[in-house]
Amino acid sequence: MYEQIAANKRKTAGLVALFVILLFAVGFIFNYLLKGGVVGLVIVAIIVIASSFFSYFNSDKVALRIAHAQPADPTEYARYHNLVEGLCIASGLPKPRLYIVDDPAPNAFSTGRNPKHAAVAVTTGLLEKMNRVELEGVLAHELSHIRNYDVLIMTLAVTMVGIIALLSDYFLRIMFWTGGRAGRDDNNGNNPLGIVFAVVGFILLIFAPIIATLMQFAVSRRREYQADASGVLLTRYPPGLISALEKLKADHTATHFASKATAHLWIEEPLDKETNKGDTKWNHLFDTHPPIDDRIHALEQM
Amino acid sequence: MVAVIVIVIVVVLAILLFVLAFNSAVRLRNRVDSAWSQISVQLERRHDLIPNLVETVKGYAAHERQTLEAVTNARTGAVQAQQAGPAQQAQAENVLTGALRQLFALSERYPDLKANQNFLALQEELTSTEDRIAYARQFYNDSVQSYNTRIQTFPTVLVAGMFNFQKREFFEAEQGTAEVPTVQF
Repeated sequence: MYEQIAANKRKTAGLVALFVILLFAVGFIFNYLLKGGVVGLVIVAIIVIASSFFSYFNSDKVALRIAHAQPADPTEYARYHNLVEGLCIASGLPKPRLYIVDDPAPNAFSTGRNPKHAAVAVTTGLLEKMNRVELEGVLAHELSHIRNYDVLIMTLAVTMVGIIALLSDYFLRIMFWTGGRAGRDDNNGNNPLGIVFAVVGFILLIFAPIIATLMQFAVSRRREYQADASGVLLTRYPPGLISALEKLKADHTATHFASKATAHLWIEEPLDKETNKGDTKWNHLFDTHPPIDDRIHALEQM
Repeated sequence: MVAVIVIVIVVVLAILLFVLAFNSAVRLRNRVDSAWSQISVQLERRHDLIPNLVETVKGYAAHERQTLEAVTNARTGAVQAQQAGPAQQAQAENVLTGALRQLFALSERYPDLKANQNFLALQEELTSTEDRIAYARQFYNDSVQSYNTRIQTFPTVLVAGMFNFQKREFFEAEQGTAEVPTVQF
């Protein structure tokens, strides 16, 4: 288990590096096409480093604010607090901050950069619809995300994907306004390398948000299975999480305050899938979560 | 010259390995100790909740003296058994669990009591404390397992032999301890 966590940390570091490199690449091409020169490069570097640091220290707050999460009152939500405290004793984790999202759809997510700076949020619908063992199963799943250091990469992805999307979007607008003049100067300048650069850069700028999003999905799907497994290792009671997942499956209400940027954080895919029926294979590529039936099946094998 | 450098590198590596092995053994042993004290903390928490519970029930069902006294006595027994060995402690806690079960079964007959906010809060607290005791024991056993494995495997086994790191015992559930009190809601 601890070896797995160490491996997870390494993978997380790798993915963060990839994100930063992608961000740098987008920034440099942006700069090259706009002929920003050395000053532009320095500005790009500063933006990338600053935004990386901002993501590292603040992305949990961003994620909580996007979800409209409020701190959970210890007396009003005594059961929620008690269950988390019990699970923290079982896992040896410090107690995370607890939040409530006022939403009838049952769902939960965790965020933070390490176990000492972590937060768990559940919807009021989850607290109403789940009984004690089911709620415990869900909370154990969320604490496992914290223990396995999934929260860091998952939460960073929220802001990183946002920044990359924002940059590319910004660039495409500038190209549109200037009629692509910055690019055409290169063509006239008899510089074949410059043309290649411009074309590759343009493609990368278009695809960077898609690459970033795909990374976000690849990260989250594999780790959902892991969190299910190590959550059950905490409660030593698979039927609790199984029946919770079955309740989540039966419930079709979409989580109100979830957006595409935060979809991968939640325990169950929060966005309504009924709306984009039709093309099945491609849809799965963009799923943030493995199908609930597969997760239940994996748990039943234990 | 080359030989000297090689020897120096080997010695430095050996010392580094030794330090790392020693530190990891100490870290895991401390985790076992803190896990053990966590169990006592949770048991004490349970003892502290009981006088309040007894007072609350008295307000609604004062004439159920026998059950109330059984709970109070069982609590006193459990508090005293903390100084005794683990086996006696486990037995005293069992008696307390049984008495509490009786008390909650009795509360079924008093709708006013069952609707009392204070009683409901105490019931929730006691249930989660039972959970925490179980979890604290589980964490203790998990910690003992990693500690024992570490001091029995290479290279920590060498350090463990030198500095007398002892194997720790698991917390074994006595007959009946494994039973969770079935509280009727």
